Amino acid sequence: MLETYIPVFLVLIIAVAIAIAIAFSSVLFGPQRPDAEKLSTYESGMKPVGTTKDRISIKYYLVAMLFIIFDIEVIFVYPWAVEFKKLFAEFGTSVFVSMLIFLIVFELGYLYAFKKGGFKWD
Amino acid sequence: MGLESLLKQDGYFTTKVDALVAWARKSSVWPMPMGISCCAIEMMAVGDPKYDIARFGSEVMRFTPRQCDLMIVAGTVTYKMAPVVRKIYDQMPDPKWVIAMGACTASGGIYRTYSVVQGIDQFLPVDCYLAGCPPRPDNLLNALIMIQDKIGRTKAADFKNAKPPELELTQRN
Repeated sequence: MLETYIPVFLVLIIAVAIAIAIAFSSVLFGPQRPDAEKLSTYESGMKPVGTTKDRISIKYYLVAMLFIIFDIEVIFVYPWAVEFKKLFAEFGTSVFVSMLIFLIVFELGYLYAFKKGGFKWD
Repeated sequence: MGLESLLKQDGYFTTKVDALVAWARKSSVWPMPMGISCCAIEMMAVGDPKYDIARFGSEVMRFTPRQCDLMIVAGTVTYKMAPVVRKIYDQMPDPKWVIAMGACTASGGIYRTYSVVQGIDQFLPVDCYLAGCPPRPDNLLNALIMIQDKIGRTKAADFKNAKPPELELTQRN
Protein backbone atom coordinates (compact mmCIF):
# COMPACT_ATOMS: atom_id res chain seq x y z
CA MET A 1 0.00 0.00 0.00
CA LEU A 2 2.66 2.46 1.09
CA GLU A 3 4.94 1.60 -1.82
CA THR A 4 2.55 3.28 -4.22
CA TYR A 5 3.50 6.61 -2.68
CA ILE A 6 7.22 6.20 -3.42
CA PRO A 7 7.00 8.22 -6.67
CA VAL A 8 5.40 11.09 -4.74
CA PHE A 9 8.24 11.13 -2.24
CA LEU A 10 10.74 10.92 -5.10
CA VAL A 11 9.15 13.97 -6.74
CA LEU A 12 9.28 15.83 -3.43
CA ILE A 13 12.96 14.97 -2.93
CA ILE A 14 13.83 15.98 -6.51
CA ALA A 15 11.89 19.24 -6.21
CA VAL A 16 13.69 20.20 -2.99
CA ALA A 17 17.06 19.16 -4.44
CA ILE A 18 16.55 21.24 -7.60
CA ALA A 19 15.45 24.27 -5.58
CA ILE A 20 18.51 24.03 -3.33
CA ALA A 21 20.78 23.47 -6.35
CA ILE A 22 19.44 26.54 -8.16
CA ALA A 23 19.72 28.75 -5.07
CA PHE A 24 23.22 27.46 -4.37
CA SER A 25 24.41 27.76 -7.99
CA SER A 26 23.66 31.48 -8.01
CA VAL A 27 25.90 31.84 -4.96
CA LEU A 28 28.54 29.69 -6.67
CA PHE A 29 28.58 31.30 -10.13
CA GLY A 30 27.33 34.82 -9.51
CA PRO A 31 29.92 37.50 -8.82
CA GLN A 32 29.47 39.01 -5.36
CA ARG A 33 30.70 42.56 -5.04
CA PRO A 34 28.90 44.19 -2.14
CA ASP A 35 29.66 47.81 -1.37
CA ALA A 36 28.16 50.45 0.87
CA GLU A 37 25.91 51.81 -1.87
CA LYS A 38 24.60 48.39 -2.85
CA LEU A 39 23.88 47.34 0.71
CA SER A 40 22.08 50.56 1.55
CA THR A 41 18.34 50.50 2.16
CA TYR A 42 16.19 50.53 -0.97
CA GLU A 43 13.88 53.51 -0.69
CA SER A 44 12.89 53.84 -4.37
CA GLY A 45 16.26 55.44 -5.07
CA MET A 46 15.92 58.07 -2.37
CA LYS A 47 18.22 58.49 0.59
CA PRO A 48 16.54 56.85 3.58
CA VAL A 49 15.63 59.46 6.19
CA GLY A 50 14.87 58.90 9.87
CA THR A 51 14.30 55.62 11.65
CA THR A 52 11.90 52.75 11.06
CA LYS A 53 11.08 52.62 14.76
CA ASP A 54 9.13 55.86 14.89
CA ARG A 55 6.92 56.32 17.95
CA ILE A 56 3.33 57.42 17.56
CA SER A 57 1.40 59.32 20.24
CA ILE A 58 -0.90 57.17 22.40
CA LYS A 59 -3.74 59.56 21.50
CA TYR A 60 -4.02 57.96 18.08
CA TYR A 61 -4.62 54.61 19.76
CA LEU A 62 -7.51 56.11 21.71
CA VAL A 63 -9.02 57.60 18.55
CA ALA A 64 -8.75 54.24 16.80
CA MET A 65 -10.51 52.51 19.70
CA LEU A 66 -13.32 55.07 19.79
CA PHE A 67 -13.68 54.83 16.04
CA ILE A 68 -14.76 51.20 16.50
CA ILE A 69 -17.96 52.39 18.23
CA PHE A 70 -19.01 54.37 15.17
CA ASP A 71 -17.72 51.71 12.82
CA ILE A 72 -19.88 48.95 14.29
CA GLU A 73 -22.82 51.33 14.49
CA VAL A 74 -22.59 52.13 10.78
CA ILE A 75 -22.17 48.46 9.83
CA PHE A 76 -25.51 47.63 11.50
CA VAL A 77 -27.42 50.78 10.61
CA TYR A 78 -26.64 50.82 6.89
CA PRO A 79 -28.32 47.51 5.91
CA TRP A 80 -31.18 48.37 8.26
CA ALA A 81 -31.70 51.74 6.57
CA VAL A 82 -31.49 50.27 3.07
CA GLU A 83 -34.13 47.62 3.81
CA PHE A 84 -36.21 49.84 6.10
CA LYS A 85 -39.29 50.20 3.88
CA LYS A 86 -39.57 46.45 3.37
CA LEU A 87 -39.04 45.70 7.06
CA PHE A 88 -41.48 48.38 8.14
CA ALA A 89 -44.21 46.95 5.92
CA GLU A 90 -43.65 43.52 7.43
CA PHE A 91 -43.02 44.17 11.14
CA GLY A 92 -44.36 47.66 11.80
CA THR A 93 -42.91 50.03 14.40
CA SER A 94 -40.97 47.28 16.22
CA VAL A 95 -38.30 47.63 13.49
CA PHE A 96 -37.78 51.24 14.47
CA VAL A 97 -37.89 50.55 18.25
CA SER A 98 -35.36 47.69 18.10
CA MET A 99 -32.88 49.87 16.23
CA LEU A 100 -33.49 52.65 18.74
CA ILE A 101 -32.63 50.31 21.63
CA PHE A 102 -29.52 49.22 19.76
CA LEU A 103 -28.47 52.83 19.24
CA ILE A 104 -29.14 53.74 22.89
CA VAL A 105 -26.83 50.94 24.02
CA PHE A 106 -24.17 52.34 21.74
CA GLU A 107 -24.76 55.91 22.85
CA LEU A 108 -24.20 54.77 26.46
CA GLY A 109 -20.71 53.68 25.43
CA TYR A 110 -20.26 56.97 23.61
CA LEU A 111 -21.39 58.93 26.68
CA TYR A 112 -19.03 56.93 28.90
CA ALA A 113 -16.10 57.78 26.59
CA PHE A 114 -17.18 61.43 26.53
CA LYS A 115 -17.45 61.57 30.36
CA LYS A 116 -14.00 59.99 30.71
CA GLY A 117 -12.54 62.68 28.45
CA GLY A 118 -11.74 60.37 25.54
CA PHE A 119 -12.48 63.07 22.98
CA LYS A 120 -10.09 65.60 24.49
CA TRP A 121 -7.01 65.87 22.31
CA ASP A 122 -4.68 67.69 24.74
CA MET B 1 16.27 27.30 -29.84
CA GLY B 2 17.23 25.90 -26.48
CA LEU B 3 19.75 23.36 -25.37
CA GLU B 4 18.01 20.52 -27.22
CA SER B 5 19.23 21.89 -30.55
CA LEU B 6 22.80 21.15 -29.43
CA LEU B 7 21.99 17.45 -29.00
CA LYS B 8 23.09 15.65 -32.17
CA GLN B 9 21.98 12.24 -30.91
CA ASP B 10 20.62 10.64 -27.76
CA GLY B 11 22.83 10.62 -24.71
CA TYR B 12 24.93 13.39 -23.30
CA PHE B 13 26.92 16.35 -24.44
CA THR B 14 29.84 18.19 -22.95
CA THR B 15 30.08 21.93 -22.51
CA LYS B 16 31.97 24.52 -20.58
CA VAL B 17 30.63 25.81 -17.26
CA ASP B 18 31.02 29.33 -18.66
CA ALA B 19 28.76 28.51 -21.59
CA LEU B 20 26.18 26.85 -19.35
CA VAL B 21 26.15 29.75 -16.89
CA ALA B 22 25.94 32.31 -19.69
CA TRP B 23 23.08 30.37 -21.26
CA ALA B 24 21.23 30.24 -17.96
CA ARG B 25 21.92 33.89 -17.34
CA LYS B 26 20.75 35.13 -20.71
CA SER B 27 17.61 33.00 -20.65
CA SER B 28 16.42 34.57 -17.42
CA VAL B 29 17.12 38.27 -17.65
CA TRP B 30 14.95 39.91 -15.01
CA PRO B 31 14.30 43.53 -15.89
CA MET B 32 14.05 46.44 -13.52
CA PRO B 33 11.36 48.57 -15.18
CA MET B 34 12.70 52.08 -14.66
CA GLY B 35 9.61 53.61 -16.27
CA ILE B 36 10.12 57.34 -15.93
CA SER B 37 7.81 58.65 -18.65
CA CYS B 38 5.96 57.81 -21.84
CA CYS B 39 8.31 55.04 -23.04
CA ALA B 40 7.08 53.08 -20.03
CA ILE B 41 3.72 52.62 -21.81
CA GLU B 42 5.50 50.80 -24.62
CA MET B 43 7.47 48.84 -22.03
CA MET B 44 4.17 47.74 -20.47
CA ALA B 45 2.95 46.68 -23.91
CA VAL B 46 5.96 44.39 -24.15
CA GLY B 47 4.65 42.48 -21.16
CA ASP B 48 1.21 41.90 -22.65
CA PRO B 49 0.24 38.71 -24.55
CA LYS B 50 0.62 40.32 -27.98
CA TYR B 51 4.35 41.00 -27.70
CA ASP B 52 4.89 38.61 -24.79
CA ILE B 53 8.29 39.22 -23.26
CA ALA B 54 7.82 35.88 -21.47
CA ARG B 55 9.03 34.17 -24.65
CA PHE B 56 12.49 35.46 -23.75
CA GLY B 57 12.29 34.59 -20.06
CA SER B 58 12.08 38.22 -19.01
CA GLU B 59 8.48 38.50 -17.90
CA VAL B 60 9.45 38.82 -14.24
CA MET B 61 9.55 42.59 -13.87
CA ARG B 62 10.90 43.16 -10.39
CA PHE B 63 10.09 46.40 -8.61
CA THR B 64 13.08 46.08 -6.36
CA PRO B 65 16.65 46.31 -7.66
CA ARG B 66 17.76 43.37 -5.53
CA GLN B 67 16.43 40.76 -7.95
CA CYS B 68 17.21 42.42 -11.29
CA ASP B 69 19.83 41.94 -13.99
CA LEU B 70 18.68 44.46 -16.54
CA MET B 71 17.65 48.05 -16.06
CA ILE B 72 15.32 49.38 -18.75
CA VAL B 73 15.51 53.15 -18.46
CA ALA B 74 12.32 54.17 -20.24
CA GLY B 75 11.78 57.89 -20.40
CA THR B 76 13.17 61.36 -20.02
CA VAL B 77 15.75 61.54 -17.25
CA THR B 78 16.02 64.95 -15.63
CA TYR B 79 18.98 66.13 -13.60
CA LYS B 80 16.85 65.75 -10.49
CA MET B 81 15.98 62.13 -11.35
CA ALA B 82 19.49 61.11 -12.44
CA PRO B 83 20.89 60.43 -8.92
CA VAL B 84 17.80 58.30 -8.18
CA VAL B 85 18.33 56.20 -11.31
CA ARG B 86 22.01 55.87 -10.51
CA LYS B 87 21.31 54.80 -6.92
CA ILE B 88 18.88 52.12 -8.04
CA TYR B 89 21.45 50.94 -10.60
CA ASP B 90 24.07 50.79 -7.85
CA GLN B 91 21.74 48.72 -5.68
CA MET B 92 21.26 46.05 -8.35
CA PRO B 93 23.42 42.95 -7.83
CA ASP B 94 26.20 42.15 -10.29
CA PRO B 95 26.26 41.33 -13.17
CA LYS B 96 23.89 43.95 -14.57
CA TRP B 97 23.05 45.53 -17.88
CA VAL B 98 21.31 48.69 -19.01
CA ILE B 99 19.00 49.46 -21.93
CA ALA B 100 18.56 53.14 -22.77
CA MET B 101 15.07 53.09 -24.21
CA GLY B 102 14.01 55.91 -26.49
CA ALA B 103 15.51 59.09 -27.86
CA CYS B 104 15.32 60.96 -24.54
CA THR B 105 17.50 58.51 -22.64
CA ALA B 106 19.95 58.12 -25.51
CA SER B 107 20.48 61.81 -26.28
CA GLY B 108 17.94 63.98 -24.49
CA GLY B 109 15.64 63.71 -27.49
CA ILE B 110 13.45 66.71 -28.17
CA TYR B 111 14.18 68.09 -24.71
CA ARG B 112 17.16 70.29 -25.44
CA THR B 113 16.61 72.09 -22.14
CA TYR B 114 18.47 72.93 -18.96
CA SER B 115 16.66 70.28 -16.91
CA VAL B 116 17.10 67.15 -19.01
CA VAL B 117 20.19 64.94 -19.06
CA GLN B 118 21.45 64.80 -22.66
CA GLY B 119 22.02 61.05 -22.70
CA ILE B 120 22.04 58.77 -19.68
CA ASP B 121 25.47 57.42 -20.62
CA GLN B 122 26.79 60.42 -18.68
CA PHE B 123 26.04 58.57 -15.45
CA LEU B 124 25.15 54.98 -16.42
CA PRO B 125 27.12 52.37 -18.39
CA VAL B 126 24.61 51.78 -21.20
CA ASP B 127 24.79 48.47 -23.10
CA CYS B 128 22.11 49.07 -25.68
CA TYR B 129 20.61 52.25 -27.13
CA LEU B 130 17.11 52.07 -28.51
CA ALA B 131 15.94 54.44 -31.24
CA GLY B 132 12.40 55.75 -31.40
CA CYS B 133 10.14 58.24 -29.69
CA PRO B 134 8.81 56.05 -28.22
CA PRO B 135 10.30 52.81 -29.62
CA ARG B 136 7.84 50.16 -30.68
CA PRO B 137 7.53 47.16 -28.32
CA ASP B 138 9.15 44.97 -31.00
CA ASN B 139 12.12 47.30 -30.85
CA LEU B 140 12.47 46.75 -27.10
CA LEU B 141 12.36 43.00 -27.70
CA ASN B 142 15.11 43.50 -30.29
CA ALA B 143 17.18 45.33 -27.66
CA LEU B 144 16.54 42.48 -25.21
CA ILE B 145 17.77 39.96 -27.80
CA MET B 146 20.91 42.08 -28.31
CA ILE B 147 21.46 42.13 -24.55
CA GLN B 148 20.98 38.35 -24.47
CA ASP B 149 23.58 37.98 -27.23
CA LYS B 150 25.93 40.14 -25.22
CA ILE B 151 25.36 38.07 -22.06
CA GLY B 152 25.85 34.88 -24.07
CA ARG B 153 29.35 36.03 -25.03
CA THR B 154 30.43 36.71 -21.43
CA LYS B 155 32.78 34.55 -19.40
CA ALA B 156 33.17 34.26 -15.65
CA ALA B 157 36.55 35.99 -15.89
CA ASP B 158 34.86 39.11 -17.29
CA PHE B 159 33.20 39.75 -13.95
CA LYS B 160 36.17 38.89 -11.78
CA ASN B 161 37.78 42.28 -11.35
CA ALA B 162 35.04 44.41 -12.82
CA LYS B 163 34.63 47.71 -11.03
CA PRO B 164 31.53 49.86 -10.88
CA PRO B 165 31.91 52.59 -13.48
CA GLU B 166 32.86 55.96 -12.09
CA LEU B 167 30.86 58.46 -14.03
CA GLU B 168 30.38 61.99 -12.85
CA LEU B 169 27.28 63.86 -13.93
CA THR B 170 27.65 67.59 -14.37
CA GLN B 171 24.99 69.94 -15.65
CA ARG B 172 26.38 71.54 -18.79
CA ASN B 173 23.41 72.90 -20.68
